[in-house]
Amino acid sequence: MKTSIPVEERMSAGHLACQGCGATMSMRYALKGLGEKTVFVIPACCWTVLAGPAPKSALDLPVLHSPFASAAATATGVKAGLTARGDRETTVVAWAGDGGTFDIGLQALSGAADRNEDIIYVCYDNEAYMNTGVQRSGGTPEGAWTMSTPGKAGSARPKKDLDAIVLAHHPAYFATATPAYAEDMTRKFAKARTIKGFRFLRILSPCPPGWKTDPKDSAKVSRLAVQTGLFRLYEVENGRMRLNMPVANRKPVGEYLRLQGRFKGLSAEAEAAIQASVDKIWNEGKS
Amino acid sequence: MKKVLMGNHAAALAAKLARVQVAVGYPITPQTQAYEMLAEMKAKGEFPGEFIAAESEHSVMAAILGAATAGARTFTATSSQGLAYMHELLHWVAGSRLPAVMVDVNRALAAPWNLWTDQSDSLSQRDTGWMQFYCSTNQEVLDTVLMSYKIAERVMLPAMVVLDGFTLSHSYEPVDVPEQSEVDAFLPPYKPEVVLDYKNPVGFGALVGPKEYLRLRRRMAADMAEAESVIEEVGREFGAAFGRRYGQLDAYRCADARTILVTSGAVGSTARAAVDALREQGLKAGNLRMRSFRPFPAKALREFVRPGMRLAVVDRNYSPGAGGIWAQEIKAALYPRSRASVHGYVAGLGGGDITVELLQEVWKRVDSANASVPVAETWVEDAR
Amino acid sequence: MPLLDDDARSLPRVILSTRRMSENKTGNWRTMRPVIDRHICTGCQICWKYCPEACVKLTDKVPAIDMDFCKGCGICVEECPKRCVSFVPEASV
Repeated sequence: MKTSIPVEERMSAGHLACQGCGATMSMRYALKGLGEKTVFVIPACCWTVLAGPAPKSALDLPVLHSPFASAAATATGVKAGLTARGDRETTVVAWAGDGGTFDIGLQALSGAADRNEDIIYVCYDNEAYMNTGVQRSGGTPEGAWTMSTPGKAGSARPKKDLDAIVLAHHPAYFATATPAYAEDMTRKFAKARTIKGFRFLRILSPCPPGWKTDPKDSAKVSRLAVQTGLFRLYEVENGRMRLNMPVANRKPVGEYLRLQGRFKGLSAEAEAAIQASVDKIWNEGKS
Repeated sequence: MKKVLMGNHAAALAAKLARVQVAVGYPITPQTQAYEMLAEMKAKGEFPGEFIAAESEHSVMAAILGAATAGARTFTATSSQGLAYMHELLHWVAGSRLPAVMVDVNRALAAPWNLWTDQSDSLSQRDTGWMQFYCSTNQEVLDTVLMSYKIAERVMLPAMVVLDGFTLSHSYEPVDVPEQSEVDAFLPPYKPEVVLDYKNPVGFGALVGPKEYLRLRRRMAADMAEAESVIEEVGREFGAAFGRRYGQLDAYRCADARTILVTSGAVGSTARAAVDALREQGLKAGNLRMRSFRPFPAKALREFVRPGMRLAVVDRNYSPGAGGIWAQEIKAALYPRSRASVHGYVAGLGGGDITVELLQEVWKRVDSANASVPVAETWVEDAR
Repeated sequence: MPLLDDDARSLPRVILSTRRMSENKTGNWRTMRPVIDRHICTGCQICWKYCPEACVKLTDKVPAIDMDFCKGCGICVEECPKRCVSFVPEASV
């Protein structure tokens, strides 16, 4: 049977994710791209819980659970340990949330990227500490409600530009992805697997309880993030950036924002400012 | 072959002789030369394992968690703030039942900044599930690293080999360095049961409930208890192979002694000199050097102690609100079966000298004390 | 009171995850049930592709949703280009 992404499933049903979880969609596509010879390191994040308690696992590959701040460093050690034992074919993946990447794990991430460790680091970015019940992280966008940024105005600071931080380390491969574009995501993981050195993927990962979206809208909101130009699908290889999904007629950002209860308090001015910042980025891209 | 080595180099050389597969490091005074020597051996092709120059101690121990779970024999060395920064991962590595071996060069914890020897760094990690061995010479550093792999891989608990900052780490001493073939005969390759391997996709460290958690910790306790005899056994095996035998305790001229200086680390060498000096004055002095701190050698200690004995415990560490840590632990181990008295002396914090003279004074104070009087801890400093 | 001391060395050192979460049926989370209209379905596989539970099976032209696992998120309902997946309350089934 012909399918747009590989049929083989390495993420099993029965996991503990919320309905419509973007992090499980992303994991499913990632594993389809990565294949069998893969080891995962998972620091504290939603996936710690939703992979299931011992002695069960929703992932049909080896997993090492690690402390919050240490995904990249633990993966570094796994790669070294495998190499020392003569295994040079296994792909080592660190799979962390935005809290574990933008915030508490940033030092370890920077260290591993700087050393050009031969690992793939994945940040599934659901834009807040969702596992602990929606608190602001460095990945939370301006204006978004969280439990630690209550009130109408939401988070006061713009989202940290993690892509720029990672790219400043000259990674061997860099890509963004989001589950609405499953084929694109699967292809990027399959490609990352073939490259040596430090590889990084950031996935915009919808979270129905944290974004206050209807679970049925997880693919839709992910798609709108791209179609409005708020989230750009791109790759960087050898320092050259390639836009994967140039959006000719961008939809207004309001279509993305209004699907999400977390932006309910956003004023018209704030929305206009977001639109202006998106327009500015895309216009810069043209020149 | 006899070489003149500083303690840091003895540690790094031992790691190489143990055929460590993954060494990870990060600089911190006074451990840095161990890290530098590993980097140098790697660059020269003398160290065939993987070498990772991490960006922090937290990441050092995280990398060790990863490498050891992948099935590699691992090594690192650290000190003071670095050890404190590893704290979270120390629990993780022990809880994962990985036989990692680490050298800690004792140095006081800040604030305020202090660079010199003090056991507050290693002893504050006492509840992490790592075994802890204290050395008194650079020969013992090399030997203990080698023995630690064998002990750790037998009981599946990590081990910390502790030496005094500067006093050992930077002091040159003659060290008998064994041949690689001799070490290979003593220490077989590490053969873990289950490792990270895509052909056997299992998960490590996933959530467990209270019932399982309690059982895992009970097993850890059982293995720690088992380690007491394994340490003695491996110490005997080492003695048979290399002519230097080790145990949990090292008693010096204690057979007829009523008052004993109880020490740990490099102070042990000073204490022997103090005992010799006291003996020359016709006094029946002895020294008991504590080699193991975890597992605490309670059984061996109870066997050693005789009724009426006075233990003058010298602590180069302090637990605020509780006292010198060795003294506390010794009291706990002896209660209530022993009629020996324990006299705590806190000395040499932050690298202060603990001299032969000071130890003689401590011994005399304890020997002439009214042993029926409850003993509070006493803080002393060097007269100079 | 059970004592853990008698045979402590037979207790496990670690608990590895060796079994699959597919032993854990999540179908009872569901309040709404997706139902595919076989006559309209074109077999485009989009419901299969987006399912966060990986519980849509491609055995036939018309996909089969495994109700042992479906949590009823409704992504297949929303994403079907032919609008052929209806969402019905579980109580009415």
